[in-house]
Amino acid sequence: MRPLDILRFGLMSLGSNRVRTLLMLLAMSIGVAAVVLLTGIGNGARLYIVDQFASLGTNLVIIIPGRAETASNTPATLVGETPRDLTLEDAQALSRSELVARVAPLNIGELHAVRQGRERQVPVLGSTTSFLDIHHLEIALGTFLPEEDWDIARPVCVIGPKVHQELFGRESALGELIRLGGYRCRVIGILGSEGRSLGFDTQELVIVPVAFAQMLYNTSGLFRILVEGKDPETLPRLKKHITETIAKRHHGEEDVTIITQDSVLATFDKILKTLTLTVAGIAAISLVVAGILIMNVMLMSVAQRTAEIGLCKALGATQGKIMTMLVSEALLLSAIGGVMGLMLGFAGAFGIAQVYPELKTMPPVWAVAAAMTTALGTGFIFSLLPARRAARLDPIRALAGH
Amino acid sequence: MIELRDISRTFTVGGQEVRAMDHVSLAIGAGEYLSIMGPSGSGKSTLLNIIGLLDTPNSGTYMLEGRDVTSLDDKQLAATRSKKIGFIFQFFHLIARLTAEENIELPLMLAGVAARERHERSAPLIDSFGLSNRQHHKPDELSGGQRQRVAIARAVINRPAVLLADEPTGNLDRSSGAEIIDLLERLNAEGQTLVVVTHDPEIGNRARRRIRVVDGRLAADSGG
Repeated sequence: MRPLDILRFGLMSLGSNRVRTLLMLLAMSIGVAAVVLLTGIGNGARLYIVDQFASLGTNLVIIIPGRAETASNTPATLVGETPRDLTLEDAQALSRSELVARVAPLNIGELHAVRQGRERQVPVLGSTTSFLDIHHLEIALGTFLPEEDWDIARPVCVIGPKVHQELFGRESALGELIRLGGYRCRVIGILGSEGRSLGFDTQELVIVPVAFAQMLYNTSGLFRILVEGKDPETLPRLKKHITETIAKRHHGEEDVTIITQDSVLATFDKILKTLTLTVAGIAAISLVVAGILIMNVMLMSVAQRTAEIGLCKALGATQGKIMTMLVSEALLLSAIGGVMGLMLGFAGAFGIAQVYPELKTMPPVWAVAAAMTTALGTGFIFSLLPARRAARLDPIRALAGH
Repeated sequence: MIELRDISRTFTVGGQEVRAMDHVSLAIGAGEYLSIMGPSGSGKSTLLNIIGLLDTPNSGTYMLEGRDVTSLDDKQLAATRSKKIGFIFQFFHLIARLTAEENIELPLMLAGVAARERHERSAPLIDSFGLSNRQHHKPDELSGGQRQRVAIARAVINRPAVLLADEPTGNLDRSSGAEIIDLLERLNAEGQTLVVVTHDPEIGNRARRRIRVVDGRLAADSGG
């Protein structure tokens, strides 16, 4: 039998029972659409987060005081000794390497910002000039922190647009004084409203010189140090350099944790990929359910068409031919249902992208391929049993059963 | 051309062995017109099924055109049925969703013949069977006689060695039944070997050679 004839024969047979065919197509297409749509959403979420990280720059290294992995089994923990603080001098020492483009020490806390009776709790961040570039922030008005020695506790601040609006309303804030936790400081700049870096909202941020922040929080330590490498290629060398420099300064102890954007990014990427796969797997179950439906309906169809199958055998169709005919019919059904499902899934993904433009809900190619393969695979596997039953029909009985 | 030697066929029904064919030997020559008659349950259908290669005997040998076809596998059986045997059934067994023409061409389609050649071969049959104005109709738009004519055209399109008709008029009124018999006899006159199974003596007696089957044995053979 020619492939084209098999196809035509299958189509005609599907067309002869429209309701049954439509129901099966519906089941198949819902399954495929679910796989496509859910992986699309998962992939969109992954891309969104990767994008957020990438905006921070991938050659950024973050140094955190204390070493998570070794904290619990060193003698230091037994005698109750806390890890050594990171200091401004540590940060300065790091900036002297040729591998380093920029260093920004960081202190962070929450303080009350007060101005003429208006009060608001704000996150106050202490850093240096280079913080602006490392975090890709923009200044809307005035200037950022002045470039000067890090240990000068100049009482100035740069405020986010939201803080500006809440403390000053429509008045100009530049040059005005606000109180931060008991100290007065002058507003020298307003941050642009653009930019929401991962972790904190720059709109409600107050940034002060790092030494001033240390004074405000009454500490000589740092929350962390941000180091931007000159080149992503030299990042491993930079990490080694940082470890060695800090250890030298901390009496030979490696008591800091170094995080690169890359590793964080890779972890997130991995988690979200796994999540997407899981969701796709769950959706694939609906495809298997559709497959079982196909099997049921094919069995029914074989029972209904007993005489026809007997006839084909009497007219010279081999068992293989009968099987080919029925399996092709199921594959045809799966393929049409699959294509319908793809259209449905892509339409859904497009719809979501319209509502949430920041989520790029484009189903990945592998998901489309996997959904179609699963659809065809289930169609094939679940039609084998009915097809075999048909192929083994006794033509005499099949033809007599009238 | 057809030679059955010592054929037996037993069925097991409810734990009991039923002998449907009991050491039957029969030779049919090319171009013969043969009728098989007998009461129901006598084994005449089993005989027809064995000749038609739909059933395999438990013992004995079956030679078809000089070739032993007693123990062929599924593929060889299907190929032999396709080329050598034409079936005509009491209930026509046309496929409802196919047109008359497509039903006639079905054996060719199953055998993998190209559409153009199928058409070339079905066209003269449609013509000579008086189906020209019905060829694009579905079976449910045809009369009983027309349906059986379609079925006969389907049976002979592969120019089979033998045409087997199982109660070909059993589901038709008198006049269409007579038409069908005329058509079958016309084919036989053109050299087609014809075997008709019937319990209607009026039809059976028209055959040149008449066989009577009783209890799985040949009770009478008018000669051959």
